[in-house]
Amino acid sequence: MGRRSIAIYGKGGIGKSTTTQNTVAALAEAGKKIMVVGCDPKADSTRLLLGGLAQKTVLDTLRDEGGDEVDLNEILRPGYGQVMCTESGGPEPGVGCAGRGIITSINLLEQLGAYENELDYVFYDVLGDVVCGGFAMPMREGKAQEIYIVCSGEMMAMYAANNISKGIVKFAQAGGVRLGGIICNSRKVDNELEMISEFARQLGTQMIHFVPRDNDVQRAEINRKTVIEWRPDCAQADEYRALARAIDQNRRFVIPTPLGMDDLEKLLIDFGLVDGVAPGTEVVA
Amino acid sequence: MSADPRELKEKMLQIYPKKLRQKRSEQIVINEHREDGSVPEIKANVRSSPGIITQRGCTYAGCKGVVIGPSRDILSLVHGPIGCSFYAWLTRRNQTRPGSPEAQNFINYCLSTDMQEENIVFGGEKKLKEAVREAFHLFHPKAIAIFSTCPVGLIGDDVHAVAREMKAELGINIFGFSCEGYRGVSQSAGHHIANNGLFKHIIGNNETEHTEKFKVNLLGEYNIGGDGFVLEDILSRCGVKQISTFSGNSTYDGMANSHTADLNLVMCHRSINYVAEMMEKRFGIPWMKVNFIGATASAKSLRRIGEYFEDEALKARIEEVIAEEMAKVEVVRELVRSRCQGKTAMLFVGGSRAHHYQQLFSEIGMKTVVAGYEFGHRDDYEGRKVLPGLKIDADSKNIEEVDVVPDPERYRPRRTPEQMARLEAMTELEFQDYVGMMPEMDSDTMIIDDISHHETERILEAYRPDIFCAGIKEKFGVQKMGIPCKQLHSYDYGGPYAGFAGAINFFKDIDRLVNMKIWRYADPPWQPSAAQPEEVAAD
Repeated sequence: MGRRSIAIYGKGGIGKSTTTQNTVAALAEAGKKIMVVGCDPKADSTRLLLGGLAQKTVLDTLRDEGGDEVDLNEILRPGYGQVMCTESGGPEPGVGCAGRGIITSINLLEQLGAYENELDYVFYDVLGDVVCGGFAMPMREGKAQEIYIVCSGEMMAMYAANNISKGIVKFAQAGGVRLGGIICNSRKVDNELEMISEFARQLGTQMIHFVPRDNDVQRAEINRKTVIEWRPDCAQADEYRALARAIDQNRRFVIPTPLGMDDLEKLLIDFGLVDGVAPGTEVVA
Repeated sequence: MSADPRELKEKMLQIYPKKLRQKRSEQIVINEHREDGSVPEIKANVRSSPGIITQRGCTYAGCKGVVIGPSRDILSLVHGPIGCSFYAWLTRRNQTRPGSPEAQNFINYCLSTDMQEENIVFGGEKKLKEAVREAFHLFHPKAIAIFSTCPVGLIGDDVHAVAREMKAELGINIFGFSCEGYRGVSQSAGHHIANNGLFKHIIGNNETEHTEKFKVNLLGEYNIGGDGFVLEDILSRCGVKQISTFSGNSTYDGMANSHTADLNLVMCHRSINYVAEMMEKRFGIPWMKVNFIGATASAKSLRRIGEYFEDEALKARIEEVIAEEMAKVEVVRELVRSRCQGKTAMLFVGGSRAHHYQQLFSEIGMKTVVAGYEFGHRDDYEGRKVLPGLKIDADSKNIEEVDVVPDPERYRPRRTPEQMARLEAMTELEFQDYVGMMPEMDSDTMIIDDISHHETERILEAYRPDIFCAGIKEKFGVQKMGIPCKQLHSYDYGGPYAGFAGAINFFKDIDRLVNMKIWRYADPPWQPSAAQPEEVAAD
């Protein structure tokens, strides 16, 4: 298969950027040519790949220099393993429209020919929930064909993953976007592996990999590196390599079947997450 | 041509899907005068249905275009993309007459922040502040009004905070309007928002005292085609001092000083009744509905002013003016009436005009067979007596209701309760009231709220009226059907039509339109109904 475009979604703070960058680093290590498009106004989606270098975002450049003057080299920089990195950027919190910003910046990247390079993968790392049309941009118009949702066994993370799946259904019907799987970024919740496997099954997809919690990830982050770069021989690096391999070999792309609220709650009860309630008992709301 | 309105209504509704049919059936009413004095209930001020091709405008149009725009020395600055600004630029033919060549007049300017994509993404407040400063340094206005267009509300720019900051920085009155186009079901929401702004930011800011005995404001008169000039002339000849108009030919100072008047005269009930109500509550100024469209209506309105002030000398002057003006009107009216008697009209315009202009038509013997408002509410159709029973829906709750209490220093009831009771007991001098359009239309006439294009075509086919009155959006579609269309938003290129002199203009213009022979030749030669000799067509 030719170039694959992948968007990573998930609840805010779930570890999307860390997971994406580590996975991308593992793919780059395996010789893949990759571009990462950060779709978050905070512009921190490529920090580990670029070694923390503060770079100018697409929208900053657009604002300062105007659409005609933007030079692709200013906003697209190579990082670890020759991964091309770009950040959409956006307004400061509480003003303007970050969603519109993402639409603008992806359009600009296209106009400037950022996608014309020879690439095996384009990764979009998208902010938190799909709060408005702008954050769905990577799913639209065939930009990303595959979506992976980063999730943990915490209820709100699963709730967000379910909502994102609803968005995928909407765009899958209109275009070609499909769900590739759930990446479980462990929070060490009881029965997490079983629960997320079951959650993925009910969504009609798979848990593509279970990434255990390991402090090496934080240590690498303090050094502004992915674990692949910082300590290539550690166990956690192998986990990301496994995830990268699973994504690379993945052929299972589905239109998800989002759960109703009742089913989602039942899942949590069945796996014994609700405090003081034994598995299998009825909960009266 | 006449038609059975009930049959026509059923036929018209047939093509609509079930839900829309139900809704439209409540917005199309056959008028009747019941024994208890009531008229049928009409559904109005509700959302337009997608696809019907509505006549309506947006909330921003109502706020900027209708109510605030006609004032000449409030600098109107539109915060938004340029299109919204451009299309509100002098489109209503509001006229204004600065007192001297040096007097400020911004009515012919089009000022906008011209929002670009980067202002949407990063927020537009900074650009708005720069625009306010630039406008201030260029024009040195007394006041700047900022109008929000749709994207401003979507991205959350705080125009009110910007206005406060700029007011403190520049030392002039600066205020904002959250009149985003989508805020209401029609421009009516914009009128309400504009009224609230006038009341909160302008009225009561100027304490200049006037020695004249009879002081009034004229509300809801926008000086289209010079209507306001005619009324200013009549009132001054009667000896009535006009403190301010809202808002045709008005100034910031006049509006700011308007709370010193002793009576508010309301022309367009829909667009300005909120200001009248609020001024009564805070300052104690009574208001009454008047109608200066039509010669007899004008005479009646002038006499009501005389009754209110209870001054014999004033009444005598009013009678003199009426006599003098009526003599001129009668000459034209009789002549035009002889040519127009028995002809029919349809009116679909505004929130008052569809009512007011029926008077002018009746004075030349023309009957209004079907009428409706674009953005009127039930009280504009059925009269203010329905107000207590009116349901406030979610769309209306979206608009601020200003909480008004009597001003501790400046509240001064202009008449005692006894005086008011006595005045009201005299016939035809109701205060705080508007009888509405339907009670003044014949039984079996048809009333259509927010008329659709489909309905327009059907009623034109069924009635073949001699004239149809609406706006530019309807004009050419109607005329293609061989029926003249008079614009009553802009008056086409004509006017003034208010007062006595205006009536004369209107009679002449209508005479010309309905008796023009061109409409007989409206069938195009490629249609079979056209009697074209074959050989000519073959050539």
